[in-house]
Amino acid sequence: MSIASEGAGDTGVMLHPELRADRDEAPKSPNGQRLDHAEGASKPLRVRPEKQPRGAKIHGNRPVNQAEAAARFIAAPEHEKMHDERLWDLRQKRDREMHGIPEWEELRALASSIKEHTLVHLDEYLEQFEAKASANGIHLHWAKDAAEHNHIVHRILSDHGAKSLIKSKSMLTEECGFRHYMASVGIEVIETDLGERIQQLDNEDPSHVVVPAVHKLRTDVAEVFAKTIGTDPNNSDVHYLAEAQRQSNRPLILAADAGMTGCNFAVAETGTFVVCTNEGNADLSANVPKLHIASIGIEKIIPRLEHLAVLIRLLSRSALGSPITQYTSHFRGPRDGGEMHIVLVDNGRSSRLGMPEFWTSLKCIRCGACMNTCPVYRRSGGLSYGATYSGPIGLIIDPTFNAHKYSNLPFASTLNGSCSNVCPVKINIHEQILAWRRELVKLHEVSFVKKAAMKAAGELLSRPAAYRAAIATADVALANLPRFVIYNGLNTWGTHREVPHPPRQTFHSWHQANRRAKK
Amino acid sequence: MRIGLFVPCFIDALFPEVGVATLELLERFGHEVVYPRDQTCCGQPMADNGFNADSAATEALFVRNFSGFDYVVAPEGSCVHHVRDNFDALEQTAEVKEVRARTYELVEFLHDIVKPDALPWAKFPHRVGLHNKCVTLRRLKHAKPSELHEPFYSKPLDLLSKVEGIEFVTPARPDECCGFGGTFSVFEEVVSAKMGYDKVRDHARAGAEYVVSADSSCIMHQQGCAERIGVPIKFIHIAQILNGASA
Repeated sequence: MSIASEGAGDTGVMLHPELRADRDEAPKSPNGQRLDHAEGASKPLRVRPEKQPRGAKIHGNRPVNQAEAAARFIAAPEHEKMHDERLWDLRQKRDREMHGIPEWEELRALASSIKEHTLVHLDEYLEQFEAKASANGIHLHWAKDAAEHNHIVHRILSDHGAKSLIKSKSMLTEECGFRHYMASVGIEVIETDLGERIQQLDNEDPSHVVVPAVHKLRTDVAEVFAKTIGTDPNNSDVHYLAEAQRQSNRPLILAADAGMTGCNFAVAETGTFVVCTNEGNADLSANVPKLHIASIGIEKIIPRLEHLAVLIRLLSRSALGSPITQYTSHFRGPRDGGEMHIVLVDNGRSSRLGMPEFWTSLKCIRCGACMNTCPVYRRSGGLSYGATYSGPIGLIIDPTFNAHKYSNLPFASTLNGSCSNVCPVKINIHEQILAWRRELVKLHEVSFVKKAAMKAAGELLSRPAAYRAAIATADVALANLPRFVIYNGLNTWGTHREVPHPPRQTFHSWHQANRRAKK
Repeated sequence: MRIGLFVPCFIDALFPEVGVATLELLERFGHEVVYPRDQTCCGQPMADNGFNADSAATEALFVRNFSGFDYVVAPEGSCVHHVRDNFDALEQTAEVKEVRARTYELVEFLHDIVKPDALPWAKFPHRVGLHNKCVTLRRLKHAKPSELHEPFYSKPLDLLSKVEGIEFVTPARPDECCGFGGTFSVFEEVVSAKMGYDKVRDHARAGAEYVVSADSSCIMHQQGCAERIGVPIKFIHIAQILNGASA
């Protein structure tokens, strides 16, 4: 494989210096204080880190090579180590919250059934939501895809003569390529979530659904801010950087013509919707300008407010290991003199709903717990997936948008199943990853080499005589076996690992010599 | 009981001592253990990559080899997981269903069916870290995974605690995947190796002399990683310790 030559071929590069000593599991700054925030722990850096590795190289519609981008992330040991430890910290906090709730597994089962029920009756609940929301004085719009969403929002903004838009973080708008579209029509978009603003200023996609800049070190942020908002490039103090961003963004927020939010849950019986943040930035986006537009994926509907209670208890505990987000804001309708619009977006959701093996991925509440626990994601960085959704949930959602471009993603998993166990709505993520592999084979979206290897392996392993001849002696076994056990030859196995020591004889030969009489 | 012994292909070729220990251990409990000589593989490598059609003939061969036993036992959880949960390239005849239902992984077979009170022949005076393979942990349910809110249990620890002199040490991330993942280990070999390095370092920091596992596939990967970065841990299959291996 060519990825070894991308910079990670030398084992030494992959070994962070600290890996030779104890891993720093409970970091503290020199004065003994631990900087800790709901969205992760920030640690002082001991050495001058390498430059931030960038994400997957995108070549039009060609399949994204996640492995190549992941290898470059691992070749940046300060970044990889911080990323792995920071997300593992979130996973541990999630575990602590879970242990504080005796009925945790019942809650997960309940949340799963609420979402499944809603999806099965989605048409009815959407109509109910539309009727109630309209009665509350909200303007409803329906968008079948990303382009229609962008056009609708553009039209609303044009109708109001709006030239600038402040918005809170929304994965749906990422799906829609919303910022790029708005730039093309000359409307300024200002992200109000700190992490998302960092990513916007760096012209990079979010790498995580909850903590969009989690792959960046404080020094990376200092570099971005120095270039974009004029901070001191040598000052990477997190308080300094956060304050500088606040000072730079507040005037833009106060002067904005319109505000936009996403939505965590939309309640059919009330026609209201809920947005959860830790920074209060959705409230600024919704309440400062007179015009509030909310982009809502059609799978965000839940039937009643009582269901919200179940899902809210799970959301932030799963996401960040905190009992609840700092802000859980309910929006019912426009305030006096204001206007509120909702764009309900399909963008592939109704066709996903029709996929027997994959429709339950629509239960996802975008908590990111599967990403935090995923050992592959933690070591690869979210941008290595080259798609809107990264990590385990990305592996099963992204191919529904483009099975060719994202055909490698379902193979970026060890199928370890930790993702399914942390999922608050019990999506069988790792089973869907395997199901996607089968689907991609059916769609002929796997490489010829893999196809040929699998066919050869299947033929050899189903013919005992040929199989035994192929591994007749242990030496021959070592030469041949990995070719059908791991298919890619010893060179790839051995790039970063020692090959197994060949035994003197196979079990088969031992049995023949020692136990044949008993058979 | 008449037991069909399934020795997965890579154990046959690379870890024959695991097959021998499994055979001897099952015989210690007085069972008749038969090794069908035409066995090769369960079909998992093809099926795990989505190539079910290519695994059908291998799965059919497995059924021919292992039909008619009281139990089929294998010292590798992922192969058993395949047979039990994903073995669907074949028409599901009564015979196929029967073989699938009677196939057990060694630890669960000992723990759930044999239920030994003691293992008087087993002594292992070493500090040992347990590695549960992910599918063995989460699909065969060998133990409580850290993500779930349920009472603690561990079938491999139950069995190992009957071994004289054994001492357990626990890594900081007890059930973090080691990165083997079948063909993942070659298709994503950089990530796979990094996960393996982190795993063996974690065991070493916990003070393990040996890592014991019910799965040789993870051992093969971790051993290769440990040797490459010079982490001085030894690796051993649980069948060997339970069968009385001294080191």
